[in-house]
Amino acid sequence: MIRPDAQLLLDIQDLHASVEDKPILKGVNLQVRAGEVHAVMGRNGSGKSTLSKVLAGHPAYRVTGGTVRYRGQDLFELEPEERARLGVFLGFQYPVEIPGVSNLEFLRVSTNARREKQGEEELDTFAFEDHVHDKLKVVQMDPAFLERSVNEGFSGGEKKRNEILQMALLEPVVAILDETDSGLDIDALRIVAGGVNQLATEDNATLLITHYQRLLDEITPDYVHVMAAGRILRTGGRELALELEQTGYDWVDQELAAQGVA
Amino acid sequence: MTSTSTRDLVSQPYKYGFVTEIETDKIAKGLSEEVVRLISAKKEEPDFLLQFRLKAFRHWLTLEEPDWAALGYPEIDYQDIVYYAAPKQKEKKASLDEVDPKLLETFDKLGIPLSEQKRLSNVAVDAVFDSVSIATTYKEKLAEHGVVFCSFSEAVKEHPELIERYLGTVVSSNDNYFAALNSAVFSDGSFVFIPKGVECPMELSTYFRINSGDTGQFERTLIVAEEGASVSYLEGCTAPMFDTNQLHAAVVELVALDDASIKYSTVQNWYAGDENGVGGIYNFVTKRGQCRGDRSRISWTQVETGSAITWKYPSCVLQGADSVGEFYSVALTNNCQQADTGTKMVHVGPRTRSTIVSKGISAGRSSNSYRGLVQMGPNAKGARNYSQCDSMLIGDQAAANTYPYIRSQQPQAAIEHEASTCRISEDQLFYLQSRGIGFEEAVSMMVSGFCRDVFNQLPMEFAAEADKLLALKLEGSVG
Repeated sequence: MIRPDAQLLLDIQDLHASVEDKPILKGVNLQVRAGEVHAVMGRNGSGKSTLSKVLAGHPAYRVTGGTVRYRGQDLFELEPEERARLGVFLGFQYPVEIPGVSNLEFLRVSTNARREKQGEEELDTFAFEDHVHDKLKVVQMDPAFLERSVNEGFSGGEKKRNEILQMALLEPVVAILDETDSGLDIDALRIVAGGVNQLATEDNATLLITHYQRLLDEITPDYVHVMAAGRILRTGGRELALELEQTGYDWVDQELAAQGVA
Repeated sequence: MTSTSTRDLVSQPYKYGFVTEIETDKIAKGLSEEVVRLISAKKEEPDFLLQFRLKAFRHWLTLEEPDWAALGYPEIDYQDIVYYAAPKQKEKKASLDEVDPKLLETFDKLGIPLSEQKRLSNVAVDAVFDSVSIATTYKEKLAEHGVVFCSFSEAVKEHPELIERYLGTVVSSNDNYFAALNSAVFSDGSFVFIPKGVECPMELSTYFRINSGDTGQFERTLIVAEEGASVSYLEGCTAPMFDTNQLHAAVVELVALDDASIKYSTVQNWYAGDENGVGGIYNFVTKRGQCRGDRSRISWTQVETGSAITWKYPSCVLQGADSVGEFYSVALTNNCQQADTGTKMVHVGPRTRSTIVSKGISAGRSSNSYRGLVQMGPNAKGARNYSQCDSMLIGDQAAANTYPYIRSQQPQAAIEHEASTCRISEDQLFYLQSRGIGFEEAVSMMVSGFCRDVFNQLPMEFAAEADKLLALKLEGSVG
């Protein structure tokens, strides 16, 4: 939902970042306001996953230039955990397994860290069990997954549902979902997308990072951005995604060649 | 990595590192037959005990210090150690009021209140200060059940027949170098006797405190559970920070008769030396339990976090038919600590079963080795063993080794061994951080998840303690 007067949540200006001294992001500009759903599309290696990791604060990615303001605050001054507590959420493309750490306990500690920051009361084990059972419905998840270790032995689809469950618990202000659709069959995709749609409000925003149009059939974006060579090459409405579906990314190469980048 | 992660937190002070100023009765440094006789005389021991000591000492003289463990340390000068030191106080304490208040204060500071009002409910404590027992709580209450829980010295005076019957029957005085040394010069320790059919009504616990800088520590613990008896026993250990090393060579013997069960838990937090490996305790300990009776059970649970050097293999000799031995261990090494620890499960009787779960965590520049023996004797028909040895590496300068030894003389025995090594990855930490969990907490969550199988074996009130202790020991070790 586009409202020009809505609060600016994320303001990315001329962002540059490297991995192992290799420049990946080369001047990204993007503004995200409350209530909006953005889709960032592009081929492998275009820099879209790097953008999500940089925003969440992954230590392997080094910011080499530009600024990101999150609700007016310099994002890069904050540790990853601090960003999360303030409402920045990254849904991982490949959620890692953490053997021995109970999923339920992990979700509780995580939820309480966010609640504490928001001045809300900490939930004890019992209160949290009730709380989490409500949220399980959002992603139609079997409570048995709470008893297991974090993501351990989960199928691809179960891992993604667990990500959206975390999103439901943390109630983020800006949710960045990195290839949440990858590895999902159509039923799982609908459940995950349904969860994302339920959680979208006019006060938060979603940044979908995706390869394919099919996720956008389920979640309607307000803006579609096409990334290539570490920058946003073109921005449009949802029709841009449909156009990409039909024409592919060949035009991107031509455009880059014309600009003398590729 | 993240700015909060590294060095400023590494030097987390060891909070038990203080020294208590107290007058002690100390003999001169050095070890000889004369010293052995002097210790025995000071303790007014019966002749059988003096003979036990002398035999051990004479045998010790013929032995060489073992060097097979994956440990490196400068040679120990056995003549440069004081073999007897005791806090000066009235000979016999009728009540706690007569115990030097400084000693009570020391244990208060360590979180082990001994005074009547503040005692831990349902845990009886024997407090051992520089190898001398200074107080035992709840003795009378335990006596009502026929349970004997007292210092070793007291037991020698009051129950000499029990000591004579059981001492050295599990770990003989010539068992190994350090056991022989201990047998010659041991000062004090705890004695537990649970009579036939009695389930000990409370947790028993001994708290060992080293205070002197140049005194060797040689405790002796003996626990006997008669037919059908059961007991859960916990030991805790701390020491001040000195820049010299102190030798600690204890012996623990457990005897379980038919249907008896002994659960022995240790939370070892001796001073580990500083981040450069200066100072710390040399811990050379022989712990062995004998499941003498049919269907008896002995379970060792250890959480080893301290000491500069750890050489320790709590073992079970499964003699009785259908007897059960268990070993659950978490050994954490950081900085320059070295640990070579594990267990021996010796299956003698038919259908005996044993379980080994070992979790080694190495951080800093430390070295952590698991060494274990599973032996199936010719009569151990239908015996089973299951071993699981997992190592976790933190950082890129720590070492982990596993040395499993398996010997079987019985074709109808089953032995299973599983081992794994893992490392806390940057991606796992980032995942937890990106969910609002701080860096240190993320590390400690993963470590405690890794150790869960072992912590579940600890008595409830100590499991949480062990969790906290590990978190404290690891602060700042990742990054």
